[in-house]
Amino acid sequence: MTQTTDQPILSVRDLVVSYRSGNGQSVDAVRGVSFDLYPNQSLALVGESGCGKTTLGLGLLRLLPRLGSIPAGTVTYRGRSDAEVDVLALPKNDLRRWRWREAAMVFQGAMNSFNPVLRIIDQMGDTIRAHREKGSRSVSKSEIWERSADLMRSVRLEPKQVLPSYPHELSGGMRQRVLIAMSLLLDPKLLILDEPTTALDILTQRAVVDVLQELRAERKFAMIFISHDLGVAAELADRVATMYAGRIIETGTASDIFYSPRHPYTSGLINAVPPVVGDLPELASIPGSPPGLNSLPPGCKFNPRCSYVEDRCLSTDPDLLTISARPAGMSHEAACLRWQDVVHERKVVARA
Amino acid sequence: MPERTPLISLRGASQTFHSKSGDIPAVDNVDISVGPGEVLCLVGESGCGKTTSARMAAGLSRPTSGTVEFEGKDIWSMSKEEFVTFRKSVQYVHQDPYASLNPIRDIHKTLSAPLLKHGIAKNRSEGWTQSAELLRRVDLTPPENYLPKFPHQLSGGQRQRVAVARALTLNPKLIIADESTSMLDVSIRVGMLNMLGRLRDELGVGFLFITHDLAIAKYFGWRGKIAVMYLGRVVEFGDTPDVINNPQHPYTKALLDAVPEPDPDLTKTKKPGGGLRSADIPSLRNLPPGCTFHPRCPLFEEGTCNTVRPELTLLDSGRQVSCHVVARRGSINAPAGASAGGS
Ligand SMILES: Nc1ncnc2c1ncn2[C@@H]1O[C@H](COP(=O)(O)OP(=O)(O)OP(=O)(O)O)[C@@H](O)[C@H]1O
Ligand SMILES: Nc1ncnc2c1ncn2[C@@H]1O[C@H](COP(=O)(O)OP(=O)(O)OP(=O)(O)O)[C@@H](O)[C@H]1O
Ligand code: SF4
Ligand code: SF4
Ligand SMILES: [Mg+2]
Ligand SMILES: [Mg+2]
Repeated sequence: MTQTTDQPILSVRDLVVSYRSGNGQSVDAVRGVSFDLYPNQSLALVGESGCGKTTLGLGLLRLLPRLGSIPAGTVTYRGRSDAEVDVLALPKNDLRRWRWREAAMVFQGAMNSFNPVLRIIDQMGDTIRAHREKGSRSVSKSEIWERSADLMRSVRLEPKQVLPSYPHELSGGMRQRVLIAMSLLLDPKLLILDEPTTALDILTQRAVVDVLQELRAERKFAMIFISHDLGVAAELADRVATMYAGRIIETGTASDIFYSPRHPYTSGLINAVPPVVGDLPELASIPGSPPGLNSLPPGCKFNPRCSYVEDRCLSTDPDLLTISARPAGMSHEAACLRWQDVVHERKVVARA
Repeated sequence: MPERTPLISLRGASQTFHSKSGDIPAVDNVDISVGPGEVLCLVGESGCGKTTSARMAAGLSRPTSGTVEFEGKDIWSMSKEEFVTFRKSVQYVHQDPYASLNPIRDIHKTLSAPLLKHGIAKNRSEGWTQSAELLRRVDLTPPENYLPKFPHQLSGGQRQRVAVARALTLNPKLIIADESTSMLDVSIRVGMLNMLGRLRDELGVGFLFITHDLAIAKYFGWRGKIAVMYLGRVVEFGDTPDVINNPQHPYTKALLDAVPEPDPDLTKTKKPGGGLRSADIPSLRNLPPGCTFHPRCPLFEEGTCNTVRPELTLLDSGRQVSCHVVARRGSINAPAGASAGGS
């Protein structure tokens, strides 16, 4: 866990992200998200499919698809120079520079991020050339190889094997590690990873998790990683934020979230994950499914599925309430009117 | 207790695919069986031969050597009628809920067609009531809401439940569930597992349950058995709680060590790399000599492991392991505090 008295590297306030739909209407997929991320911190965004994790990640780096837009909110970045960058106001050219140098993203679905007809070394070369300083001399082939090889080794890949290969010749886990290596090319201070281990085999997943741990220790970047795998979140995160219907509904340290969640939704999610070590707990699913973005219930958006629901939940949509206040974004907060009553327990079916 | 005839058994079953770049021994000499109401979990990494084994068990493909028996009878020398009965009794639920349903059939049609075809429903109105009953079994209630819908109008989890309901139409004795929960969100997934568990308990259906997630195998198959596969072979076999809590084969240990636990303290005790020497799986086209796990194995012994292929050997309490080092010990180790992060 990283303790720091620094300023946050990223401050997000009341961020809204909308998608336009065919008939001129639009839906908000992210509905007012605020958080501060501090240097070297690792924040996991978790939640069920469709809750807006990817949309938030893309929005932060202004990588939204054409139909997406940011009608409200601010994103402030404080990087190498202590100057504040208003990310949402960056002009196009500055944005491109900012993206690889300061903040980089590894996208969901590793295969789609490659050009299938280029060897890995050529894709590395293209990226290095595209981002060299204006007016600087051209980059030689051997320089490209050296830099690429270093990066490959940093993600525990054998450069001689990987660099001359085409993307389809690599396994899913190797491709994912190549993408992580590429995102680190210009040594960014903020890395956003979208489902970096989903769809990988367990041992490959382990290799990716280990590589991320090592890289973070060496290179000291802040990290936001999106995952619906709570196990991976428990492993990689200093902090966890649970999203539901486009909002953060609980945030805290990994221990807060996994040992004493105070939002019924977070508690439900954790009680749905089977552990492999120890006793056999009773697992339960959360009834129902997340609401559609254009048919959100009044009051707390979780109320149709919540076992703690009361009348007031049907009219009040709670903001994040502080459960324990701590510096550097490590506070435990939950958006539940009844957080004091929420008891998180795992019933045991069989003892190990 | 007298040995019951298993519902399905693979005996020395192998499946070799032929390709331009050489033979692919996808499954090599596998012996597994499932009895009525029992659960057998097949676990292992992608490409280790789980689906290929399951397809042989379902009679969807014929082993290149060895046999597949249904209630003691070789399915490939059955009469036509016997084979039809076998195919009705063993239902395969596909790994991909998106690909397994006919997109232009509504749910009612999907379920009632096999009921009518096999005379289980005598007429359309019985077809409707029986379909509704099946949807209730898989927790899609009220059924009237789902019967007129098409697959694209359902969520992934709902589609998967329909696929299970369809597998139930012919009152199967065995369900082969191939990774049928891996694409789903945690909450939906556990709902599916609990539903399948109820079918297992209430209908006495046997399960061949395929997953690469050991935590899921543990949860679903606690009272059953686990077979761990590696590169087409079973490398460890035993009762689920024993294999999970006290794994013997180095590969099983590595798999268990690698599972990310939803528990931040526990997870800090995990060994990097699952303790393996290499993260990469060798190719089936070019298998390592001796024990095929040797290039990755932390217990590797030069001279033995890379020359002699270990056979599956029976240890105490019914556990079978294929490893020279474990076999030499001859007996199961006391639960190692070190494995799977300790308890
Ligand atoms: N390009 C788009 N146009 C319109 N709606 C979209 C678009 N992309 C996503 N959405 C909608 O926005 C919501 C949030 O989607 P998002 O992909 O951010 O979710 P997610 O949490 O990343 O889910 P998953 O775990 O499945 O990746 C969903 O309801 C989705 O249908
Ligand atoms: N029809 C086929 N022709 C050629 N090779 C095949 C065929 N079917 C499977 N294989 C190969 O056989 C091996 C075992 O495949 P199988 O699908 O049984 O693995 P699996 O354990 O189910 O993997 P996964 O977890 O990815 O589903 C793989 O190497 C696969 O590429
Ligand atoms: S505010 Fe009410 S409905 Fe919402 S999570 Fe809390 S108890 Fe449940
Ligand atoms: S036989 Fe040797 S290489 Fe194979 S699992 Fe046992 S110790 Fe490891
Ligand atoms: Mg996503
Ligand atoms: Mg498979």
